[in-house]
Amino acid sequence: MTAHVLDVRHLLCPMPVIRLQNTVARLPVGDTVEVQATDPGVLHDVPAWCRVHGHQVLSVSETAGEIRVTVQVQGS
Amino acid sequence: MTLAPPHSPKPKAVALISGGLDSMLAARVMLDQGVHVEGINFYTGFCVEGHTHAIRREARERPKRNNALWVAEQLGIKLHIIDVIEEYKDVVINPKHGYGSNLNPCLDCKGFMVRKAREWMETNGFDFIVTGEVIGQRPMSQRRDTMPVVARESGAFDRLLRPLCARLLPPTLPEREGWVERARLFDFNGRSRKPQIALAERYGITEYAQPAGGCCFLTNAQYSRKLADLWQTRGEKRYELEDILLLKVGRHLRPRPHFKLIIARDDGENNFLLGFRQRYTHLHATSHAGPLALIDGNAGEEDIELAARLTARFGQGRDADQVTVAVTDLAGHTQIRHVRPFTADEIPQTWYL
Repeated sequence: MTAHVLDVRHLLCPMPVIRLQNTVARLPVGDTVEVQATDPGVLHDVPAWCRVHGHQVLSVSETAGEIRVTVQVQGS
Repeated sequence: MTLAPPHSPKPKAVALISGGLDSMLAARVMLDQGVHVEGINFYTGFCVEGHTHAIRREARERPKRNNALWVAEQLGIKLHIIDVIEEYKDVVINPKHGYGSNLNPCLDCKGFMVRKAREWMETNGFDFIVTGEVIGQRPMSQRRDTMPVVARESGAFDRLLRPLCARLLPPTLPEREGWVERARLFDFNGRSRKPQIALAERYGITEYAQPAGGCCFLTNAQYSRKLADLWQTRGEKRYELEDILLLKVGRHLRPRPHFKLIIARDDGENNFLLGFRQRYTHLHATSHAGPLALIDGNAGEEDIELAARLTARFGQGRDADQVTVAVTDLAGHTQIRHVRPFTADEIPQTWYL
Protein backbone atom coordinates (compact mmCIF):
# COMPACT_ATOMS: atom_id res chain seq x y z
CA MET A 1 0.00 0.00 0.00
CA THR A 2 1.45 3.34 -1.06
CA ALA A 3 0.49 6.83 0.08
CA HIS A 4 0.35 9.40 -2.73
CA VAL A 5 -0.07 13.18 -2.63
CA LEU A 6 -2.08 15.06 -5.25
CA ASP A 7 -1.43 18.80 -5.24
CA VAL A 8 -4.41 20.55 -6.84
CA ARG A 9 -4.04 23.83 -4.96
CA HIS A 10 -5.36 26.81 -6.93
CA LEU A 11 -7.30 24.59 -9.29
CA LEU A 12 -11.04 25.14 -9.33
CA CYS A 13 -13.71 22.45 -9.33
CA PRO A 14 -14.21 20.22 -11.16
CA MET A 15 -10.50 20.08 -12.06
CA PRO A 16 -9.44 18.65 -8.65
CA VAL A 17 -11.96 15.82 -9.07
CA ILE A 18 -10.80 15.17 -12.63
CA ARG A 19 -7.16 14.99 -11.46
CA LEU A 20 -8.14 12.66 -8.61
CA GLN A 21 -10.14 10.46 -10.97
CA ASN A 22 -7.20 10.18 -13.37
CA THR A 23 -4.79 9.44 -10.52
CA VAL A 24 -6.97 6.79 -8.89
CA ALA A 25 -7.46 5.05 -12.25
CA ARG A 26 -3.75 4.13 -12.19
CA LEU A 27 -3.59 2.92 -8.59
CA PRO A 28 -4.15 -0.50 -7.00
CA VAL A 29 -6.75 -1.15 -4.31
CA GLY A 30 -5.53 -0.05 -0.88
CA ASP A 31 -3.34 2.86 -2.00
CA THR A 32 -4.21 6.24 -0.55
CA VAL A 33 -4.22 9.70 -2.12
CA GLU A 34 -4.01 12.87 -0.06
CA VAL A 35 -5.70 15.61 -2.10
CA GLN A 36 -4.30 19.06 -1.26
CA ALA A 37 -6.66 21.77 -2.48
CA THR A 38 -7.76 25.36 -1.97
CA ASP A 39 -11.18 25.39 -3.68
CA PRO A 40 -13.85 24.78 -1.00
CA GLY A 41 -15.90 22.94 -3.63
CA VAL A 42 -13.50 20.04 -3.03
CA LEU A 43 -15.07 19.49 0.40
CA HIS A 44 -18.26 18.44 -1.33
CA ASP A 45 -17.13 17.14 -4.69
CA VAL A 46 -14.38 14.72 -3.64
CA PRO A 47 -16.53 12.83 -1.10
CA ALA A 48 -19.40 12.77 -3.65
CA TRP A 49 -17.08 11.37 -6.30
CA CYS A 50 -15.84 8.74 -3.82
CA ARG A 51 -19.40 7.70 -2.95
CA VAL A 52 -20.27 7.37 -6.65
CA HIS A 53 -17.20 5.25 -7.40
CA GLY A 54 -17.07 3.28 -4.17
CA HIS A 55 -13.82 4.69 -2.80
CA GLN A 56 -13.36 5.57 0.86
CA VAL A 57 -12.72 8.99 2.36
CA LEU A 58 -10.37 8.44 5.30
CA SER A 59 -10.09 12.04 6.52
CA VAL A 60 -11.01 15.63 5.73
CA SER A 61 -9.35 18.71 7.19
CA GLU A 62 -9.25 22.41 6.48
CA THR A 63 -6.61 24.73 7.90
CA ALA A 64 -6.06 28.36 6.89
CA GLY A 65 -7.78 27.89 3.56
CA GLU A 66 -5.90 24.71 2.72
CA ILE A 67 -8.00 21.59 2.35
CA ARG A 68 -6.76 18.02 2.67
CA VAL A 69 -8.89 15.02 1.81
CA THR A 70 -7.40 11.55 2.05
CA VAL A 71 -8.97 8.89 -0.13
CA GLN A 72 -8.35 5.15 -0.11
CA VAL A 73 -8.77 3.31 -3.39
CA GLN A 74 -11.32 0.51 -3.24
CA GLY A 75 -12.19 -2.18 -5.76
CA SER A 76 -14.96 -1.33 -8.22
CA MET B 1 -26.49 -1.02 -41.30
CA THR B 2 -24.44 -1.33 -38.13
CA LEU B 3 -24.14 -4.85 -36.77
CA ALA B 4 -24.91 -5.44 -33.13
CA PRO B 5 -21.75 -6.42 -31.24
CA PRO B 6 -21.57 -9.29 -28.85
CA HIS B 7 -21.93 -7.81 -25.38
CA SER B 8 -22.45 -8.86 -21.80
CA PRO B 9 -25.91 -10.15 -20.85
CA LYS B 10 -26.82 -6.66 -19.77
CA PRO B 11 -26.51 -3.98 -22.47
CA LYS B 12 -24.27 -1.10 -21.46
CA ALA B 13 -25.02 2.55 -22.16
CA VAL B 14 -22.97 5.66 -21.52
CA ALA B 15 -25.26 8.59 -20.70
CA LEU B 16 -24.30 12.23 -21.15
CA ILE B 17 -25.06 13.76 -17.76
CA SER B 18 -25.21 17.55 -17.61
CA GLY B 19 -26.61 17.75 -14.10
CA GLY B 20 -30.01 18.93 -15.30
CA LEU B 21 -33.31 17.10 -15.30
CA ASP B 22 -33.52 15.83 -18.89
CA SER B 23 -30.29 13.84 -18.88
CA MET B 24 -31.15 12.54 -15.42
CA LEU B 25 -34.50 11.27 -16.71
CA ALA B 26 -32.98 9.75 -19.84
CA ALA B 27 -30.53 7.73 -17.74
CA ARG B 28 -33.30 6.79 -15.32
CA VAL B 29 -35.46 5.47 -18.18
CA MET B 30 -32.57 3.25 -19.25
CA LEU B 31 -32.02 1.94 -15.73
CA ASP B 32 -35.73 1.15 -15.63
CA GLN B 33 -35.24 -1.09 -18.66
CA GLY B 34 -32.41 -3.02 -17.05
CA VAL B 35 -29.59 -1.33 -18.94
CA HIS B 36 -26.21 -0.89 -17.21
CA VAL B 37 -25.65 2.87 -17.30
CA GLU B 38 -22.57 4.93 -16.54
CA GLY B 39 -22.54 8.70 -16.87
CA ILE B 40 -20.10 10.96 -18.67
CA ASN B 41 -19.69 14.68 -18.17
CA PHE B 42 -17.41 17.02 -20.09
CA TYR B 43 -15.64 20.01 -18.59
CA THR B 44 -15.12 22.66 -21.26
CA GLY B 45 -14.14 25.59 -19.05
CA PHE B 46 -17.38 27.38 -19.94
CA CYS B 47 -19.51 25.30 -17.58
CA VAL B 48 -21.66 27.31 -15.18
CA GLU B 49 -21.16 24.46 -12.73
CA GLY B 50 -18.27 23.93 -10.43
CA HIS B 51 -15.93 26.73 -9.61
CA THR B 52 -18.53 29.47 -10.06
CA HIS B 53 -19.91 28.22 -6.74
CA ALA B 54 -16.61 28.98 -5.12
CA ILE B 55 -16.27 32.51 -6.39
CA ARG B 56 -19.27 34.73 -5.84
CA ARG B 57 -20.69 35.40 -2.43
CA GLU B 58 -24.23 35.43 -3.77
CA ALA B 59 -23.78 31.85 -4.96
CA ARG B 60 -22.85 30.62 -1.52
CA GLU B 61 -26.44 30.07 -0.51
CA ARG B 62 -26.87 27.57 -3.32
CA PRO B 63 -25.83 23.95 -2.78
CA LYS B 64 -22.05 23.72 -3.18
CA ARG B 65 -22.18 20.65 -5.31
CA ASN B 66 -21.34 19.42 -8.74
CA ASN B 67 -24.78 18.74 -10.15
CA ALA B 68 -23.61 15.99 -12.50
CA LEU B 69 -22.04 14.12 -9.57
CA TRP B 70 -25.16 14.70 -7.54
CA VAL B 71 -27.34 13.26 -10.31
CA ALA B 72 -25.06 10.22 -10.61
CA GLU B 73 -25.35 9.66 -6.88
CA GLN B 74 -29.14 9.90 -7.00
CA LEU B 75 -29.25 7.40 -9.86
CA GLY B 76 -26.65 5.08 -8.31
CA ILE B 77 -24.42 5.18 -11.39
CA LYS B 78 -20.75 5.96 -11.92
CA LEU B 79 -19.83 9.31 -13.45
CA HIS B 80 -16.73 9.97 -15.51
CA ILE B 81 -15.78 13.65 -15.72
CA ILE B 82 -13.59 14.38 -18.72
CA ASP B 83 -11.38 17.42 -19.21
CA VAL B 84 -11.93 18.58 -22.81
CA ILE B 85 -10.69 22.16 -22.35
CA GLU B 86 -8.04 22.01 -25.09
CA GLU B 87 -10.03 20.06 -27.67
CA TYR B 88 -13.08 22.22 -27.09
CA LYS B 89 -11.30 25.36 -28.22
CA ASP B 90 -11.77 24.40 -31.86
CA VAL B 91 -15.51 24.02 -31.28
CA VAL B 92 -15.77 27.55 -29.88
CA ILE B 93 -13.36 29.20 -32.29
CA ASN B 94 -14.35 27.50 -35.55
CA PRO B 95 -17.92 26.22 -35.28
CA LYS B 96 -18.85 24.58 -38.56
CA HIS B 97 -22.53 25.28 -37.95
CA GLY B 98 -22.04 28.78 -36.57
CA TYR B 99 -23.17 30.40 -33.35
CA GLY B 100 -26.57 30.78 -31.75
CA SER B 101 -27.84 34.11 -30.50
CA ASN B 102 -24.59 34.59 -28.55
CA LEU B 103 -21.21 32.85 -28.95
CA ASN B 104 -22.85 29.50 -28.26
CA PRO B 105 -21.89 26.89 -30.86
CA CYS B 106 -24.62 24.54 -29.65
CA LEU B 107 -24.87 22.22 -32.65
CA ASP B 108 -21.11 21.77 -32.96
CA CYS B 109 -20.92 21.37 -29.19
CA LYS B 110 -23.49 18.58 -29.12
CA GLY B 111 -21.77 16.82 -32.01
CA PHE B 112 -18.43 17.13 -30.21
CA MET B 113 -19.75 15.75 -26.94
CA VAL B 114 -21.52 12.83 -28.56
CA ARG B 115 -18.33 12.09 -30.53
CA LYS B 116 -16.29 12.09 -27.31
CA ALA B 117 -18.90 9.83 -25.71
CA ARG B 118 -18.73 7.54 -28.75
CA GLU B 119 -14.93 7.30 -28.37
CA TRP B 120 -15.35 6.53 -24.67
CA MET B 121 -18.00 3.91 -25.50
CA GLU B 122 -15.67 2.17 -27.96
CA THR B 123 -12.69 2.27 -25.60
CA ASN B 124 -14.68 0.91 -22.67
CA GLY B 125 -16.74 -1.73 -24.45
CA PHE B 126 -20.13 -0.10 -24.08
CA ASP B 127 -22.96 -0.59 -26.56
CA PHE B 128 -24.72 2.73 -27.04
CA ILE B 129 -24.99 6.38 -26.04
CA VAL B 130 -27.90 8.05 -24.27
CA THR B 131 -28.72 11.75 -24.18
CA GLY B 132 -31.55 13.73 -22.63
CA GLU B 133 -32.34 15.59 -25.85
CA VAL B 134 -35.93 16.48 -26.65
CA ILE B 135 -37.07 17.54 -30.11
CA GLY B 136 -37.77 21.27 -30.15
CA GLN B 137 -36.34 21.88 -26.68
CA ARG B 138 -33.46 24.00 -27.92
CA PRO B 139 -33.51 26.21 -31.00
CA MET B 140 -30.19 25.06 -32.44
CA SER B 141 -29.07 21.62 -31.35
CA GLN B 142 -32.37 19.95 -30.45
CA ARG B 143 -34.45 20.24 -33.60
CA ARG B 144 -35.87 17.42 -35.70
CA ASP B 145 -33.61 18.41 -38.61
CA THR B 146 -30.41 18.81 -36.54
CA MET B 147 -30.67 15.62 -34.51
CA PRO B 148 -29.55 13.44 -37.44
CA VAL B 149 -26.65 15.86 -37.97
CA VAL B 150 -25.42 15.18 -34.43
CA ALA B 151 -25.78 11.41 -34.90
CA ARG B 152 -23.93 11.50 -38.21
CA GLU B 153 -21.14 13.97 -37.44
CA SER B 154 -20.35 12.36 -34.08
CA GLY B 155 -19.97 8.98 -35.73
CA ALA B 156 -22.48 7.54 -33.28
CA PHE B 157 -25.15 6.98 -35.96
CA ASP B 158 -27.79 4.55 -34.74
CA ARG B 159 -26.01 3.91 -31.45
CA LEU B 160 -27.30 7.26 -30.22
CA LEU B 161 -30.56 6.88 -28.32
CA ARG B 162 -32.66 9.79 -27.04
CA PRO B 163 -35.10 8.06 -24.70
CA LEU B 164 -37.24 11.15 -24.06
CA CYS B 165 -38.18 11.63 -27.72
CA ALA B 166 -37.16 8.30 -29.28
CA ARG B 167 -40.68 7.43 -30.43
CA LEU B 168 -40.65 10.48 -32.72
CA LEU B 169 -37.42 9.32 -34.36
CA PRO B 170 -36.49 6.26 -36.45
CA PRO B 171 -35.70 3.17 -34.32
CA THR B 172 -32.06 3.01 -33.23
CA LEU B 173 -29.85 -0.04 -32.91
CA PRO B 174 -30.65 -0.62 -29.22
CA GLU B 175 -34.37 -0.62 -30.07
CA ARG B 176 -34.05 -2.84 -33.13
CA GLU B 177 -31.88 -5.34 -31.28
CA GLY B 178 -34.31 -5.47 -28.37
CA TRP B 179 -31.78 -4.13 -25.86
CA VAL B 180 -34.44 -1.56 -24.95
CA GLU B 181 -38.19 -1.62 -25.48
CA ARG B 182 -39.29 1.19 -27.80
CA ALA B 183 -42.81 1.17 -26.40
CA ARG B 184 -41.41 2.20 -23.02
CA LEU B 185 -39.58 5.21 -24.46
CA PHE B 186 -41.16 8.65 -24.87
CA ASP B 187 -42.37 11.15 -27.46
CA PHE B 188 -41.69 14.46 -25.74
CA ASN B 189 -41.30 17.46 -27.98
CA GLY B 190 -41.36 21.23 -27.75
CA ARG B 191 -40.20 23.69 -25.13
CA SER B 192 -42.74 22.76 -22.48
CA ARG B 193 -41.20 21.21 -19.40
CA LYS B 194 -44.47 19.63 -18.24
CA PRO B 195 -43.82 16.10 -19.58
CA GLN B 196 -40.39 16.00 -17.96
CA ILE B 197 -41.75 17.28 -14.66
CA ALA B 198 -44.54 14.69 -14.75
CA LEU B 199 -42.03 11.91 -15.47
CA ALA B 200 -39.82 13.14 -12.64
CA GLU B 201 -42.79 12.95 -10.28
CA ARG B 202 -43.52 9.43 -11.49
CA TYR B 203 -39.96 8.44 -10.58
CA GLY B 204 -40.15 10.25 -7.27
CA ILE B 205 -37.53 12.76 -8.33
CA THR B 206 -38.36 15.93 -6.44
CA GLU B 207 -35.05 17.78 -6.50
CA TYR B 208 -33.09 18.72 -9.60
CA ALA B 209 -31.01 21.59 -10.88
CA GLN B 210 -32.74 24.18 -13.04
CA PRO B 211 -29.91 26.32 -14.33
CA ALA B 212 -31.26 29.61 -15.67
CA GLY B 213 -30.04 30.10 -19.23
CA GLY B 214 -28.57 26.62 -19.46
CA CYS B 215 -25.33 25.22 -18.09
CA CYS B 216 -22.92 27.06 -20.39
CA PHE B 217 -21.64 30.62 -20.10
CA LEU B 218 -21.53 30.91 -23.90
CA THR B 219 -25.32 31.23 -23.97
CA ASN B 220 -25.01 34.32 -21.75
CA ALA B 221 -25.11 37.60 -23.71
CA GLN B 222 -22.88 39.52 -21.31
CA TYR B 223 -20.31 36.75 -21.13
CA SER B 224 -20.27 36.45 -24.92
CA ARG B 225 -19.73 40.20 -25.23
CA LYS B 226 -16.68 39.92 -22.99
CA LEU B 227 -15.31 37.00 -24.99
CA ALA B 228 -15.86 38.89 -28.26
CA ASP B 229 -14.02 41.86 -26.72
CA LEU B 230 -11.13 39.58 -25.77
CA TRP B 231 -10.80 38.28 -29.31
CA GLN B 232 -11.15 41.71 -30.85
CA THR B 233 -8.46 43.15 -28.59
CA ARG B 234 -6.09 40.30 -29.36
CA GLY B 235 -6.76 40.52 -33.06
CA GLU B 236 -7.43 36.79 -33.20
CA LYS B 237 -9.86 34.20 -31.86
CA ARG B 238 -7.73 32.56 -29.21
CA TYR B 239 -8.08 31.89 -25.47
CA GLU B 240 -6.54 30.07 -22.55
CA LEU B 241 -8.42 28.64 -19.58
CA GLU B 242 -7.32 31.56 -17.40
CA ASP B 243 -8.90 34.02 -19.85
CA ILE B 244 -12.30 32.40 -19.85
CA LEU B 245 -12.28 31.97 -16.06
CA LEU B 246 -11.54 35.67 -15.59
CA LEU B 247 -14.43 36.57 -17.90
CA LYS B 248 -16.76 35.02 -15.31
CA VAL B 249 -15.50 37.21 -12.49
CA GLY B 250 -15.86 40.89 -11.63
CA ARG B 251 -16.90 44.02 -13.48
CA HIS B 252 -15.03 44.38 -16.74
CA LEU B 253 -14.48 47.94 -17.93
CA ARG B 254 -12.54 48.91 -21.03
CA PRO B 255 -11.88 52.64 -20.81
CA ARG B 256 -9.20 52.50 -23.52
CA PRO B 257 -8.71 50.06 -26.41
CA HIS B 258 -5.34 48.86 -25.08
CA PHE B 259 -6.36 47.88 -21.57
CA LYS B 260 -9.30 46.83 -19.45
CA LEU B 261 -9.89 46.68 -15.73
CA ILE B 262 -11.35 43.69 -13.89
CA ILE B 263 -12.82 44.86 -10.58
CA ALA B 264 -14.01 42.39 -7.91
CA ARG B 265 -17.64 42.75 -6.82
CA ASP B 266 -17.44 41.05 -3.42
CA ASP B 267 -15.10 39.26 -1.03
CA GLY B 268 -15.38 35.99 -2.91
CA GLU B 269 -14.27 37.61 -6.16
CA ASN B 270 -11.57 39.54 -4.31
CA ASN B 271 -10.11 36.28 -3.03
CA PHE B 272 -10.35 34.72 -6.46
CA LEU B 273 -8.59 37.64 -8.17
CA LEU B 274 -5.88 37.61 -5.49
CA GLY B 275 -4.71 34.36 -7.05
CA PHE B 276 -3.94 36.22 -10.29
CA ARG B 277 -2.27 39.31 -8.88
CA GLN B 278 1.28 38.22 -9.63
CA ARG B 279 0.49 38.07 -13.33
CA TYR B 280 -1.26 41.45 -13.62
CA THR B 281 -0.66 45.01 -12.52
CA HIS B 282 -3.17 45.35 -9.71
CA LEU B 283 -4.70 48.04 -7.56
CA HIS B 284 -6.55 48.39 -4.30
CA ALA B 285 -7.51 51.27 -2.05
CA THR B 286 -5.56 51.56 1.20
CA SER B 287 -7.44 54.48 2.77
CA HIS B 288 -10.84 52.83 2.47
CA ALA B 289 -12.17 49.30 2.12
CA GLY B 290 -12.54 48.38 -1.52
CA PRO B 291 -12.07 45.84 -4.25
CA LEU B 292 -9.00 44.41 -5.88
CA ALA B 293 -8.69 45.39 -9.55
CA LEU B 294 -6.50 43.82 -12.24
CA ILE B 295 -5.26 45.66 -15.30
CA ASP B 296 -5.37 43.46 -18.39
CA GLY B 297 -3.32 45.10 -21.14
CA ASN B 298 -0.59 47.68 -21.41
CA ALA B 299 -1.43 50.68 -19.28
CA GLY B 300 0.66 53.84 -19.38
CA GLU B 301 0.99 56.55 -16.74
CA GLU B 302 -2.33 58.26 -17.55
CA ASP B 303 -4.05 54.89 -17.81
CA ILE B 304 -2.86 53.93 -14.31
CA GLU B 305 -4.27 57.15 -12.93
CA LEU B 306 -7.58 56.45 -14.63
CA ALA B 307 -7.57 52.86 -13.34
CA ALA B 308 -6.90 54.09 -9.79
CA ARG B 309 -9.85 56.49 -9.98
CA LEU B 310 -12.08 53.69 -11.25
CA THR B 311 -10.90 51.33 -8.51
CA ALA B 312 -11.66 54.03 -5.93
CA ARG B 313 -15.14 54.47 -7.41
CA PHE B 314 -16.13 50.90 -6.53
CA GLY B 315 -14.95 51.00 -2.90
CA GLN B 316 -16.14 52.56 0.33
CA GLY B 317 -14.34 55.78 -0.57
CA ARG B 318 -16.51 56.44 -3.59
CA ASP B 319 -17.88 59.67 -2.07
CA ALA B 320 -14.61 60.82 -0.53
CA ASP B 321 -12.65 63.76 -1.95
CA GLN B 322 -9.55 61.64 -2.11
CA VAL B 323 -8.74 57.94 -1.92
CA THR B 324 -5.31 56.41 -1.53
CA VAL B 325 -4.70 53.57 -3.95
CA ALA B 326 -1.77 51.15 -4.03
CA VAL B 327 -0.68 50.12 -7.52
CA THR B 328 1.61 47.11 -7.84
CA ASP B 329 3.28 46.35 -11.15
CA LEU B 330 4.40 43.03 -12.61
CA ALA B 331 7.82 43.37 -10.95
CA GLY B 332 6.13 43.65 -7.57
CA HIS B 333 6.90 47.35 -7.08
CA THR B 334 4.12 49.25 -5.33
CA GLN B 335 3.45 52.96 -5.72
CA ILE B 336 0.91 54.96 -3.78
CA ARG B 337 -1.47 57.34 -5.53
CA HIS B 338 -3.94 59.80 -4.10
CA VAL B 339 -6.87 60.12 -6.50
CA ARG B 340 -10.36 61.57 -6.76
CA PRO B 341 -12.84 58.74 -7.35
CA PHE B 342 -14.91 58.84 -10.51
CA THR B 343 -18.54 59.74 -9.96
CA ALA B 344 -21.10 57.37 -11.44
CA ASP B 345 -21.94 59.93 -14.14
CA GLU B 346 -18.35 60.23 -15.22
CA ILE B 347 -18.13 56.57 -16.26
CA PRO B 348 -19.49 56.13 -19.78
CA GLN B 349 -21.74 53.09 -20.18
CA THR B 350 -19.64 52.11 -23.19
CA TRP B 351 -16.76 51.29 -20.84
CA TYR B 352 -18.74 48.43 -19.30
CA LEU B 353 -18.32 45.12 -21.11
